[in-house]
Amino acid sequence: MSVDRRQFVRLAGTAALGLAAAPAAKLIASQEETASSEVMHEASLPTGEPKTAERWAMVIDLKKCAGHEGCTKCIDACHDSHNVPDFGNDKDEIKWLWKESFGHAFHEQDLDYVSDELKHRPTLMLCNHCDNPACVRVCPTGATWKREDGIVMMDWHRCIGCRYCVVACPYGSRSFNYRDPRPFIDEINEEFPTRMRGVVEKCTFCEELLAKGQMPKCVDACEAGALVFGDLEDPNSNVSQLLHEQFAIRRKPALGTQPEVYYLV
Amino acid sequence: MIENALRGDKRYWTWVSALGAVVLVGVYFWFRQFHLGLTITGLSRDVVWGFYIAQFTFLVGVAASAVMVVLPYYLHNYKQFGKLTILGEFLAIAAVIMCMAFIFVDMGQPFRIGNVFLHPSPNSMMFWDTVSVFGYLFLNIIISRVTFRAEKKGVKPPNWIRPIIILSIPWAISIHTVTAFLYSGLAGRPFWLSAVMAPRFLATAFSAGPALLVLIMLVLRKISSFDAGKEPIRKLAIIIMYAMALNVFFLLMEIFTASYSGMPEHIDHFKFLYFGLDGYTTMVPWMWGSAILAVFSLILLFNPKTRNNETFLAWACVAVFASIWIDKGLGMVVTGFTPNPFGTVTPYSPTFPEVMISLAIYAIGALIVTFLYKVALSVRARMGQGYEAAH
Amino acid sequence: MYDAGKIVTGLLIFLLLITFPVWYNAAMGKAQTRPNPVVQTADEPGRDTCVLEGDEMVTAHMNLLDEWRDTVVRDGVRMTETFNGHRIEMSLSRTCMDCHSNKEQFCDECHTYMDVEPYCWECHVEPRQAPEAAPEMEGGEQ
Repeated sequence: MSVDRRQFVRLAGTAALGLAAAPAAKLIASQEETASSEVMHEASLPTGEPKTAERWAMVIDLKKCAGHEGCTKCIDACHDSHNVPDFGNDKDEIKWLWKESFGHAFHEQDLDYVSDELKHRPTLMLCNHCDNPACVRVCPTGATWKREDGIVMMDWHRCIGCRYCVVACPYGSRSFNYRDPRPFIDEINEEFPTRMRGVVEKCTFCEELLAKGQMPKCVDACEAGALVFGDLEDPNSNVSQLLHEQFAIRRKPALGTQPEVYYLV
Repeated sequence: MIENALRGDKRYWTWVSALGAVVLVGVYFWFRQFHLGLTITGLSRDVVWGFYIAQFTFLVGVAASAVMVVLPYYLHNYKQFGKLTILGEFLAIAAVIMCMAFIFVDMGQPFRIGNVFLHPSPNSMMFWDTVSVFGYLFLNIIISRVTFRAEKKGVKPPNWIRPIIILSIPWAISIHTVTAFLYSGLAGRPFWLSAVMAPRFLATAFSAGPALLVLIMLVLRKISSFDAGKEPIRKLAIIIMYAMALNVFFLLMEIFTASYSGMPEHIDHFKFLYFGLDGYTTMVPWMWGSAILAVFSLILLFNPKTRNNETFLAWACVAVFASIWIDKGLGMVVTGFTPNPFGTVTPYSPTFPEVMISLAIYAIGALIVTFLYKVALSVRARMGQGYEAAH
Repeated sequence: MYDAGKIVTGLLIFLLLITFPVWYNAAMGKAQTRPNPVVQTADEPGRDTCVLEGDEMVTAHMNLLDEWRDTVVRDGVRMTETFNGHRIEMSLSRTCMDCHSNKEQFCDECHTYMDVEPYCWECHVEPRQAPEAAPEMEGGEQ
């Protein structure tokens, strides 16, 4: 039997259809996998007692922070431990935690008659770990997703660098690796991977430290006690208490993303 | 049949080699981009999508526009478009391939693009866009192949192809609708957050695409034995006129909503486009240029005397195409990022390598159109001779 | 057959071109030596065995690592057990490289031979080699 060109093309087409069907089957199978991995979770607790929560959240006290002018301890601790590069320019810049003026961070607020001090008050920016994250909704590969405890995670193995999440994020919290970051990291922390060019990155609430029972780097590094981190679902947690006692604001609440970083002004 | 693409006169080979040279230059820059990363483009932390994605968006429209010759022929039995459908479909194939190439060069990790299929994410509009664009390419390849083979043999196309052709009509609408959904569903980007975006995309598609087709037909009449005929071109001109009028109408709707409501986060984008924001005025001459071209084209199209005069019509088509290209291929994407989430402006303009890579992709598209049209028109020319000889 | 001469010459040139690697290797190439990775192990108990049995590790380590990265990153599960019941952390740069601490002699040895380029180390940080031990090891290898 001879196969002519047209028959071959048809055969190849049928084979391609078969290939396309495979991921669908995998999708169904993966639901079973998730179920079994939960069983595994109970059987294998890590050595250091991990910190867990139903809903991680952070409260930032801007007054306390502003009391330490020019302090960058939290930013340095974060960027050093996560191998965040410093390219020395704004265009390629990568940042997980940084200061923005209050006027820029809350630019949609009517700030015409507030004091200059407040307008220029340094305001820490990081991923808001939204309850309803736009970045997760748009990711075409599942490279970013929301964990059970509310942390919006990144899988740098899977990210294809389409930057749709950066486009969708209303907070400018995500950075893209426009170039190879390694040569621009002063001292590499061997405990944490660097990234390769072409993937998106952001703050992960130090999930790798929470798993070891430690607090996020920035919270530990802040000597002013301006950063408070805890479980929002626990009424006795420090974050719940603070939000109960004081009036806190969030960035762009009207968008419905439900950010979980709160600011005490 | 395909061998026809390899036979041509000096003019043909000069054109092909010129396009080939542009492709080679672009490939060189793409290799640089692949090794160094997207840092060689003008993109930044604040403006993460730029020229590439804008060209993708524009070309999805060109691809979808094939439906403007397919629909009248197959649904309304408008026979005059009979000779044009295949050319519309070939143009769609080239446009879709260019779209894919623009997405490919825009990816940070282009060789992981298979992850979109390995980990299908129905919640992402990009997943649906990929599915619809791939599907549209597949449909157009099948349809053009089957109908053209039938035409060559002088028989009617098989019956089973008709439902596939009918399916391609809503599919064409869907590719540009889903492409609009990429943008219009994002709460954080007020410029794009508009229900009229998908309809406006379709209006721009159905004016810019047929305008390109008319220009190609006029060129083909000059350089080949193929004549589309006066009547089909006049019909296309009417389609272009209505679609362009709708496009301008939708744009005015957008401007009304933004300016009358006076909401800063909506109006700021239009200020940036037409007057400049915080001293950044790069888009201003372009956008006014686009507006003037739109008005100019509508004047020529509304008036039956100029519309039915092929010289004026050619100018109108150039104006339509240029106006929409500026609007979608330059303004639309970048303005979504301007101002950025902090209310400030980060300027963007494409770099030289970025433009060269884009030109190369357009050259690839032009090559595909050239080859496919060459094959189709050579076969038709020979059939015509055979027909005359037999009678 | 029309143009027999041209066709046969063309075919010959084509054959020569596609078999070029064979001729090139026969004339210029030198035989590769079989890779001999250095499998160091730590002395502490629980660290003297691998995750799977040695043979399985050779053939399936890439699948294991692939599974690990999904389990750790995506499911947030960090601990697992070796085939003989020791609890270990699923970590390439810690668990694996704690024992097999020399990437060049352990990983690259075979990967270079097989001409595979896994991109693990574009992000994960390979263990630094102790400066005094490095020359000795290199000497032993060559």
